[in-house]
Amino acid sequence: MENLINIFIKSIFINNMVFAYFLGMCSYLAVSKTVKTSVGLGIAVIFVLGITVPVDYLIEKYMLKEGALVWLGESFAEVDLSFLSFIMFIAVIASMVQLVEMVIEKFSPALYNSLGIFLPLIAVNCAILGGSLFMQQAEYQNIAEATVFGLGSGVGWLLAIVGIAAIREKIRYSNVPAPLRGLGITFIITGLMGIAFMSFMGIKL
Amino acid sequence: MSDKEPLFSTKNIKLLTNPLNDENPITVQVLGICSALAVTAKLKPAIVMAISVLVVLAVSNVVISLIRKRVPPRIRIIVQLTVIALMVILVDQVLKAFAYDVSRQLSVFVGLIITNCIIMGRLEAFALGNKPWPSFLDGVGNAAGYGIILIIVGFFRELLGSGELLGYPIFEKIGLYNIGYEDNGLMILSPMALITVGIIIWVQRAKNKALIEEN
Repeated sequence: MENLINIFIKSIFINNMVFAYFLGMCSYLAVSKTVKTSVGLGIAVIFVLGITVPVDYLIEKYMLKEGALVWLGESFAEVDLSFLSFIMFIAVIASMVQLVEMVIEKFSPALYNSLGIFLPLIAVNCAILGGSLFMQQAEYQNIAEATVFGLGSGVGWLLAIVGIAAIREKIRYSNVPAPLRGLGITFIITGLMGIAFMSFMGIKL
Repeated sequence: MSDKEPLFSTKNIKLLTNPLNDENPITVQVLGICSALAVTAKLKPAIVMAISVLVVLAVSNVVISLIRKRVPPRIRIIVQLTVIALMVILVDQVLKAFAYDVSRQLSVFVGLIITNCIIMGRLEAFALGNKPWPSFLDGVGNAAGYGIILIIVGFFRELLGSGELLGYPIFEKIGLYNIGYEDNGLMILSPMALITVGIIIWVQRAKNKALIEEN
């Protein structure tokens, strides 16, 4: 249990998707104009990461890793399909996003309407594929750890995008030098936020 | 490519040169930021990344452009992802075979070329509606625009952060350390990549007033 909490805290603060790895930057920059929409996108990302990371974990463990196919029989013990992981992961993500979209549409039309446009966008959000690839690198022991890692990464991403959206809402009233307006200042603020987040690196978990 | 139009007409040249400045994928179109920032702590991975993206983008642009009339619009995203993923797997395997240490440094970011929005963006915006040869030029141009930013950022971060270029200790050779200069360790850390790109945008927009945003 303690281990799971560690992974959760670590993936939110220390290995924050945006500030430590720059993942999901495109939508982070494009959708962070208002707090409201960024909360919607952030929740959708948590949702999809929480589903795709454990699914990809199972695929990795029982299909792709060297010797993972041993449950099919002795002759498969040597098979190493890990070079297929990119295409498998992206297929899982694309189909999961589609599935999640359909499920939400059926059971919670209100949530669907508020997330609507963002869900399809998530398929190409690199934070999602990045989550699966980092999960593959970290070699988690069991599915619970992988799930917690996925959820934590999503929460970290939500935190980052809501933070920058709040700052951008305020910065409209400031006198920014003309060439820096918009994109430039957003980059620099993100850099400063990244420096702030680096102070978490000192925490030993 | 029609017979009347020369291979390098003005229009085609524009496809190649526009992305370098006026329509730069990173600083103007805001595409493909993620990988641009993460791999630029040193110059060498930045160059390798730029070349990988060039190959993937040029080839997948041509492939999508060739099959654009046969792909039903509803499933085009998954077709595009498949083509891109195929190319990325090839690039990844080549890197692992011939440049293993760089491939280790790039870690997951080679895989993340798949979801690099610059590639999806160009496929959607250009290759789906144009012939193979212009698509090829568009791919090369955009990847070059992306690569230039990557290389500029990588250059400054490696030079100021560790005093080296491509691993060659340039500051040590010219004796900068003897007069009390010290490397700025902050440049190696990830947040400085963002700030460097922010400054590049600043310089570019100060020169090119047309790009300045309202707010």
